[in-house]
Amino acid sequence: MNSIVILLAVTGLGLGALYFLVASGLSLIFGLMRVLNFAHGAFLVLGAYAGYQAGVHLAPSGATTISNGRFTLVLLAALAAGALVGALTEIVLIRPLYRREIDQVLVTVGLALAVGALVLGIAGADPIRFPAPAWTRNVTNIAGASIPNSRFLAIGVAVCVLVLIMVFLRYTRLGLIVRAGVENREMVTALGIDVRRAFTLVFALGGAAAGLGGALTGVFYGSVDPGLGSELLIFAFIVVIIGGLGSIVGSALAAVIVGLLQQFANYYAADGVGDLAVVLLLAVVLLARPAGLLGKAIP
Amino acid sequence: MPDENVLDDVTETPGNHSTVAGFDRGRVLRALPQLVVVVVLAVLPWCDISTGGILPANLSSPGSLHLLGLCLVFAALALSYDLLFGFTGLLSFGHALFFAAGAYLAEIAMAQFGVSLWAAAVIAVIAGLLLAVLVGAVSLRVGGIAFAMVTLAFAQAGSIIVNQDPGGLTGGELGKSLTFDKVPDALLGVVNTRHVYWVALLLLVVVYLLVTFATRSAPGRIWQAIRENERRVEVLGLSPYPFKLLVFVVGSVLATACGVVYLLLVGSANPSIITPDFTLSLLVMVVLGGSGNRWGAVIGGFLYSYLDQRLPAFAASDAIQSLPTVLRVPLSQPLFILGTLFVLVILFLPGGIVGTLQRARAGGDSRSLLRAALTERQPGREEKQ
Repeated sequence: MNSIVILLAVTGLGLGALYFLVASGLSLIFGLMRVLNFAHGAFLVLGAYAGYQAGVHLAPSGATTISNGRFTLVLLAALAAGALVGALTEIVLIRPLYRREIDQVLVTVGLALAVGALVLGIAGADPIRFPAPAWTRNVTNIAGASIPNSRFLAIGVAVCVLVLIMVFLRYTRLGLIVRAGVENREMVTALGIDVRRAFTLVFALGGAAAGLGGALTGVFYGSVDPGLGSELLIFAFIVVIIGGLGSIVGSALAAVIVGLLQQFANYYAADGVGDLAVVLLLAVVLLARPAGLLGKAIP
Repeated sequence: MPDENVLDDVTETPGNHSTVAGFDRGRVLRALPQLVVVVVLAVLPWCDISTGGILPANLSSPGSLHLLGLCLVFAALALSYDLLFGFTGLLSFGHALFFAAGAYLAEIAMAQFGVSLWAAAVIAVIAGLLLAVLVGAVSLRVGGIAFAMVTLAFAQAGSIIVNQDPGGLTGGELGKSLTFDKVPDALLGVVNTRHVYWVALLLLVVVYLLVTFATRSAPGRIWQAIRENERRVEVLGLSPYPFKLLVFVVGSVLATACGVVYLLLVGSANPSIITPDFTLSLLVMVVLGGSGNRWGAVIGGFLYSYLDQRLPAFAASDAIQSLPTVLRVPLSQPLFILGTLFVLVILFLPGGIVGTLQRARAGGDSRSLLRAALTERQPGREEKQ
């Protein structure tokens, strides 16, 4: 019994870690630019497939078990692909629509549909086995619970990303500009700072986190498929709203809550109840605190 | 009647005149294009002419009428969505929930309670109304983007329930086929496709008339005022909340009715009509055609569903199949083409197809149109400060 609780808790945290990797970028982008990025799921999928391609080309023919060194390269490829697509999206699609905020959201919707269809056309609808080192598929025993190592990997990476984002926001000049921009964009512009560079950077950062999340999702579930993005994206949206738009710590907190709630309710009530409980939680949080747990009121 | 000042900066949509009630010739003349379109669409089932590959077969063939019927249903659905998005400025991502509710609840009413199609339709619409009041009351407590996300979450909840197949009601991933013995014989079978097509046309006409009536009514003016400047509506002493709830319920009930006709036309309710992607495609329809404009929504919905259904057939043609892989793969994916088209329309043709046509008619060569598209800031499309 006890071992089940531990297993559910760690799996829930692992799931929360994946949600956080997607939600952190969403939250930053929204906080700074007021753009709800629907293409974020596409960044995730592209990251996952870029990682897969890197793994396939690096490993000897068709092997899906790879060395740690190669796996690092797989993660880096996913990260780089996400960052690149994120930056390109901002420069090519978002920037020309300056001050047309609804259109900026719509353009990401179009991009999400197009990229999803493209991935489906190139890679096919079937899940493909994601390359990973053998240790990620083994289990670790904790108090009688056998927990897959991929859970710990996801949690570890998410914590690292959280720390890195916090350090970036707190101790770098660009991070300062981003934080100030979230607080009051007009004022930053009035001070003669070019906010647009911060926009591109935030998109690249969010894309990188989502791409990394895509690769880790592949490790977590053992495979990737084109539908991965939209599924995770919805829960990431919910995490962002519950945590409070623009608040990274809020996203982390909400990701933990949502991941745990989903796992426990799905196991103890019935399959699917956990997903519904998350939606219900969102409704309750919004009715009690429209700005989310740690968010400031949205103008 | 609210203060008329609310309407100071409302951009008039074409044909949106407040006319004196009663017969007036100008009004009839203005409605002439709509009448012509309806009459042409109504007589199509009697036109046995070749369509040269535009449609699956001859114009009056069941296959072609089935496709056109679906286009009409989606045109009506897009119009009901535009009532929220284009006329009131509510960015809802949960509209698919009500469409699916119409299809599923009508089917469940027939299968479980054994009622006739008509009774099932009434039950579904009333249930859709109650659902809309509930979802709207909660979602509208927040505004802007948060509202979009909450409605998305509600639609996701619906999607989860449908896929879980509680008590065998929804058929899970396979969907649920229509209980044929509860449907009048005149609406069944390939032979009677034309009758179902007329039902779809009737649906579009009714939705169009209701949307026209609603947008010209007193609350309709408030909706437009909310779109333009919600803060100002509050300052003028009106609470936007009940008006937003009203438009949410009206749009959702119309979507529910569309769902019932969809069930009749397709012969099943399936989970694909409640995915988040489906709601996003509604948004694509409305923006492609031109939001905040009844013709825009209708044309956008019609065109989108036509392309969505016919593009796979074109992709299978020899011309496409003989292309190199780098061109063939993207061109074989309808959603890739539609998504790309959508992005291009947003970047270069603000106002969508209809908006662009209107600007073109108002004068201006293509180059200045493009320049206008690149520099123009559309009224009422920025975020409310």
